[in-house]
Amino acid sequence: MIRRFWAAVIRPIDMPLLATAATLIGIAFVVLASASPDRLASQAVNITVALVVMRVVAQMSPQRLMHAALPLYLTGVALLIAVALFGDVSKGARRWLNIGVTRIQPSEIMKIAMPLMLAWYFQKREIAIRFHDYLVAAALLLVPVGLIAKQPDLGTAILVLSSGFYVIFFAGLSWKFIIGLGVAGLGAIPLVWPLLHDYQRARVLTLFDPESDPLGKGFHIIQSTIAIGSGGLFGKGWGQGTQTQLEFIPERHTDFIFAVVSEEWGLLGNLVLLVIYLLLIARGLTIAANAPTLFTRLLAGAITLMFFTYAFVNMGMVSGILPVVGVPLPFISYGGTALVTLFLGIGILMSIHKNPMLVQK
Amino acid sequence: MEFKNPEAGLEQFRSRINVVGALVLGCFAILLLRFLWLQVVQYNYYKTRAEENRISLSPVTPNRGLIVDRNGVVMARNYSAYTIEITPSKVARLDQTIDELSKVINIEPKDRKRFKKLLEESKNFESLPIRTRVSDEEVARFIANRYRFPGVDIQARLFRQYPFGSFASHMLGYIGRVTDRDLDKIEEQDQDENYRGTEHFGKAGLEQHYEFELHGRSGFEQVEVDSGGHAVRTLARTPPISGNNLTLTVDAKLQEIAEKAFGDHKGALVAIEPSTGGVLAMVSVPNYDPNLFVDGIDSTNWDLLNNSPDKPMVNRALNGGYPPGSTFKPYMALAALEYGKRTPEQTIFDPGFYNFGGHQFRDDKKGGHGTVNMYASIVQSCDTYYYMLANDLGIDNIAKFMRQFGFGQKSGIDIAGESEGVLPSQEWKRARFKKPEQQKWYAGETISIGIGQGYNTYTQIQLALAVATLANNGVMYKPHLVKTITDTRTGHITTVEPNPIKTIPIKPENLEVIKNAMIGVNKEGTGARAFAGAEYVSAGKTGTAQVFSLKGKKYSEGGTKEHLRDHALFIAFAPAEKPTIALAVLVENGGFGAQAAAPIARQIFDYYLLGKVPAAPAAEDSAGEDQ
Repeated sequence: MIRRFWAAVIRPIDMPLLATAATLIGIAFVVLASASPDRLASQAVNITVALVVMRVVAQMSPQRLMHAALPLYLTGVALLIAVALFGDVSKGARRWLNIGVTRIQPSEIMKIAMPLMLAWYFQKREIAIRFHDYLVAAALLLVPVGLIAKQPDLGTAILVLSSGFYVIFFAGLSWKFIIGLGVAGLGAIPLVWPLLHDYQRARVLTLFDPESDPLGKGFHIIQSTIAIGSGGLFGKGWGQGTQTQLEFIPERHTDFIFAVVSEEWGLLGNLVLLVIYLLLIARGLTIAANAPTLFTRLLAGAITLMFFTYAFVNMGMVSGILPVVGVPLPFISYGGTALVTLFLGIGILMSIHKNPMLVQK
Repeated sequence: MEFKNPEAGLEQFRSRINVVGALVLGCFAILLLRFLWLQVVQYNYYKTRAEENRISLSPVTPNRGLIVDRNGVVMARNYSAYTIEITPSKVARLDQTIDELSKVINIEPKDRKRFKKLLEESKNFESLPIRTRVSDEEVARFIANRYRFPGVDIQARLFRQYPFGSFASHMLGYIGRVTDRDLDKIEEQDQDENYRGTEHFGKAGLEQHYEFELHGRSGFEQVEVDSGGHAVRTLARTPPISGNNLTLTVDAKLQEIAEKAFGDHKGALVAIEPSTGGVLAMVSVPNYDPNLFVDGIDSTNWDLLNNSPDKPMVNRALNGGYPPGSTFKPYMALAALEYGKRTPEQTIFDPGFYNFGGHQFRDDKKGGHGTVNMYASIVQSCDTYYYMLANDLGIDNIAKFMRQFGFGQKSGIDIAGESEGVLPSQEWKRARFKKPEQQKWYAGETISIGIGQGYNTYTQIQLALAVATLANNGVMYKPHLVKTITDTRTGHITTVEPNPIKTIPIKPENLEVIKNAMIGVNKEGTGARAFAGAEYVSAGKTGTAQVFSLKGKKYSEGGTKEHLRDHALFIAFAPAEKPTIALAVLVENGGFGAQAAAPIARQIFDYYLLGKVPAAPAAEDSAGEDQ
């Protein structure tokens, strides 16, 4: 009885994916126990919720996900507009929407809703994807990204933009066009630059010369690079990182938790993290490559690359080669919302992997 | 840009998966290179940076050296007490905070005033005391309410204390909070590092002159700090080395007797041991309480001290320039002998005046002293004898001779800011005045110099040094207050060796004549009343310095306002045969020297030579006669 129940529970679960995610969660606990021990209990709650979400989604068929795409996307956009009109301001940004019971951050929904929507759209046009379809996709992408960037929440905007772009890329946007876009993007920097907020510009400039303002804008990045560098090959040991324990690393349980890993576990710890992320991405890309339909392929590919984007942008910014944007280290940073989103993505990958039969040819 | 074949689409998709895979590997490789750069190549640099972050070196202020008298009586010491301090930059509304604070601890208007003054003088990030010497009960109350006062801290600090209050204040001086001017001096001495945690600096007197001896070496504490700069724990500690202790040549008891002897009078006194130059007592009254300056003086007290007509902040012993009056006469007589202008036996006739250049110089004694030889001229203080002598010697001879005894020059005592005084000569007058008619020296001006009036003004340290040199047969020792400097750590004692700066070539027989006459002063002359019944033989000379010219009128004490009364002076040494103490006393507006100044000298000699402690301040000898 119990055995059969257990078998039913784990049936839709993809073990390699779960194993990599679980390893990351395990690492997260060890690191959090050093960086901010009093948050362990609430992070355990977050993980439980996220695992339940994962299991529920993994159970769903890709068709049901397809059906959810348009309503989810429209709801997301509607909420983003609502945020722009009535949102709560916190730390100078209008990101939250108070819905009576609790406050929600609609931009978070778009991280999943966006690839879902675009994958759905391309699936609908599968027989003959024309150039104007890319234009429609671009419009579907840029409207919510614009709303998020306006909040302002550059980190989420970049994540949503990239997740949508990955779908368009996998859908077959020609290389010429991609390269053209890249060149145009570089050319647009001088045009976009004046539109950025002062603090956003400062973050970019700080990247090139953090020591110009060591106690102000450069402080985060200087302290995190000191933490990483002083970790050396094998780290200072768990609970022994002076930068961490003496609170020189800002946001050390959330966006800058990678500095804690680096300081206390050294290059070795960083390598372990990189390898696990690679395994996770490799597994995701394998699932995408073997997915039966265009929708599932695009969705799996985009979600997998979203994991990559999270990891690369976060480690890049903490180690000082990318500007500081609010992107957490996937599965490691403390925080419920990001964790649920990530496990939702894992659940979708599992759903795609375990439901090949239900796909129409 | 379209494809209808799903198989072709799948193939393209898979090729793009491969491209993406390569891209992912590439990006991770970049990260890995970055980690290698930071954690391997730059490891040592970042390790050092992390250590610098973590460890803060905080200076530990050394205990200031003590100042004790020659018998070990402590005159300046330190004690530890709590202070409540405010860092203005961390407090939004200062006045409101102080109001709130005053409900917890006792804050008086003078504390507020002092704080305001400190605030004006300080930089914003310093923590400044609002209350010092907080009681244990107040400490407890403050700690219980501490959370309400961000930017307000309690500190254990060492305080300088002058246990006898205003006693000997001009000699000891005081310390106060370090100012920019002090910082320049610290930099000059290359002591910046050593003074990093130091808040006080010697401002006057011995505290100032021996600042770098008294300060000691700062210790350092390696403290682990968090990002907010709060100390987490102490890692290592280099203890501070206390400053050196100063042992003075001064006898505190003698100093006390001397100060009390002045009663309510203003004035100055310097007593020197002739054979070493060691200062036994140095008085300038009125005094001030140096304790007021230690925590920063409040504006009320500061104004009170600075605006007082009695000028308590002026060290009269070193900075008060007064005409020497008749105390100049023994030196004039000695000059006459040395220059061969007089013999001891040679007499003059004093009709009570001396005419020169159409002007009559009056003798103080109506009708004059009659026939007077050198001995009588000193014992009776005959003016006419010296009017004539001054004219015979000439101003430049007088100046040349007097210069040897240190008149008109800094004595070199170990307290800064000593005045030079004025030893007039033709050359001095040329330099002093601008207009040619003023620059010329008139022979008539020499006459009053003979009796210690006119242009000349000297400090009491100069008078004391001169009489000590005379007592010591012409050998001049540099006057000094510090006898030994003790290294508190090693116990090593550095002795300030008596420094014979010169030997004035004087014939012993001439010296004998002068000394003998000065003994006569105290035996049968103007000092006889003050020294009646003394169990030792002393030598002295009274003097009176005119505060303003009477223009021919007879000076009458009762009819002259207190601040216009003459200054009383007295120089003396004892025992006459082998002097162990020599002194100069000045009593401002004290009238005749014999009246006000000589009795003070008597009390000092009685105590120093016989151990007699006087019962009351030196009584004014109203019947005394002078000049």
